[in-house]
Amino acid sequence: MDNLQKFAVPLGAILGFLLLWEGIVWVNDWPNYVMASPSDLPAAYIRFWPLFLEMGWQTLWRTIAGLALAVVFGTFLGMMMGFSRIARDALYPLLVGFNAIPKATLVPVLALLFIGQHDFNTVLMAFLISFFPIAVSVGIGLSTLEPEYRDILRSLGASKITIFRKIALPKTLPEFFGALKVSVTLAFIGTNLVEIVSPHGRGLGALFKSGETNGDYPLMFAVLIALAFLGIVLYYGVVALEKTFAGWAERPAH
Amino acid sequence: MANLIDIKGVTHAYRTKAGPLPVLRDLNIAVPEGEFCAVVGPSGCGKSTLTRLVAGLMKPDTGEVWLHGELVKSPRKTVGMAFQNPVMLEWRTILQNVILPLEIVAPSMPRAKKEARAMELLEMVGLAGFENKTPSQLSGGMRQRASLCRAIVHKPDVLIMDEPFGALDNFTREDLWQTMRDLRAKEPFTCVLITHDLRESVFLGDQVIVLSGRPATTQYVMDVTLPADRTLDILYTPEVADMLHILRDQIRIAQGRDGAVH
Repeated sequence: MDNLQKFAVPLGAILGFLLLWEGIVWVNDWPNYVMASPSDLPAAYIRFWPLFLEMGWQTLWRTIAGLALAVVFGTFLGMMMGFSRIARDALYPLLVGFNAIPKATLVPVLALLFIGQHDFNTVLMAFLISFFPIAVSVGIGLSTLEPEYRDILRSLGASKITIFRKIALPKTLPEFFGALKVSVTLAFIGTNLVEIVSPHGRGLGALFKSGETNGDYPLMFAVLIALAFLGIVLYYGVVALEKTFAGWAERPAH
Repeated sequence: MANLIDIKGVTHAYRTKAGPLPVLRDLNIAVPEGEFCAVVGPSGCGKSTLTRLVAGLMKPDTGEVWLHGELVKSPRKTVGMAFQNPVMLEWRTILQNVILPLEIVAPSMPRAKKEARAMELLEMVGLAGFENKTPSQLSGGMRQRASLCRAIVHKPDVLIMDEPFGALDNFTREDLWQTMRDLRAKEPFTCVLITHDLRESVFLGDQVIVLSGRPATTQYVMDVTLPADRTLDILYTPEVADMLHILRDQIRIAQGRDGAVH
């Protein structure tokens, strides 16, 4: 019963959303070149299925690669900010300022810096847009560690590395995964930004662009739904990791 | 040197933005091996600083802290600590929490041996059967019991406790006093207990030290001449009432208030 509910409720919500979308298009009598409706999508998927698989894979691996970079670099920055006041004071304004820049403005910069390196540029953008939440939450998690936690091990003569490994790292994991959930969707935005904006791009973003160029609205919407699907898949991937590594932080429901 | 802990003429000040804040001034405390020393004093008088000094987590500006005839300069493996916050690691079971100090102090000890030692203590404090629960599944009093086990699992020379029972309700607190008394009978250790509770200091202590207001110095030392196997009933005898009265007066003096004012 519980399991059924777990799947039935979100599936029902998605179905309801699709019906609403279909209904709005139908009521307003919008033609296909204004707004596609869900019933137009299967045809688009069937027609371009090989492209969806190929482009979808490109988008997916580049997003994951960017996210992996963001995890490594973001955790590193977070550790510096968590352990050193000076690093915190120095890095915060820089990071906040960088995060405030609309990343679309960086696409031409990257394109000029690394001409023709489409894969590299895409991964780089996914990384640039998604490391901020990870750095901030790891930093906050480490700097707010109660001193008693440290004292318990320090009084036994434990090294800084041991204290980090045994206490600081596991204690920060819930915050880390919270940030990773935000970063997953941000990384998708980064990947697609480059795929859409740069000429001769690859990935689902490029497929969207070609739909736009050819006035194929069902294709464009089909791409958007495919992106949403990938986003959901990756998000629940993170949730599964969180359950495995930080499941203890979840309070039992009463 | 007969004393296990010897604090000699310790003076310490914290550097703050408003200038140096003296917390300890010419503090002297001596605790013989196996003795239980309860330290009481007004709020914010520097009692927690005292625990950090004995644990070697910080060095005093002047004066010396000796443990076992050795000058304390840095953390040593021979102390155990317990705080008001039980600081349980939520991602470990109770058993794994208790084992933690052994992982640092005796990394080569076989796991089964570590677990056997932890189980022995958990049984003593009445937590047998809870070893595989996580800390969030236990009550505050049970978490504090587990925290006590962790503090002594590696058989430290000195157990340092900073208001360990301060956040518990009265009855749970009295239960834990008795647990402490029983633990000491089976696992002898030297102990420094920081507390706000005068009854606690008399029930558990072999000596009670009253610190003055900040900067703290040793204001009064009381030898508690009660039998080791005290029961809670002893707290209601005239003898203990007199002791509590004296301590209360000393606290009043430490707070800088005249004895006549109530």
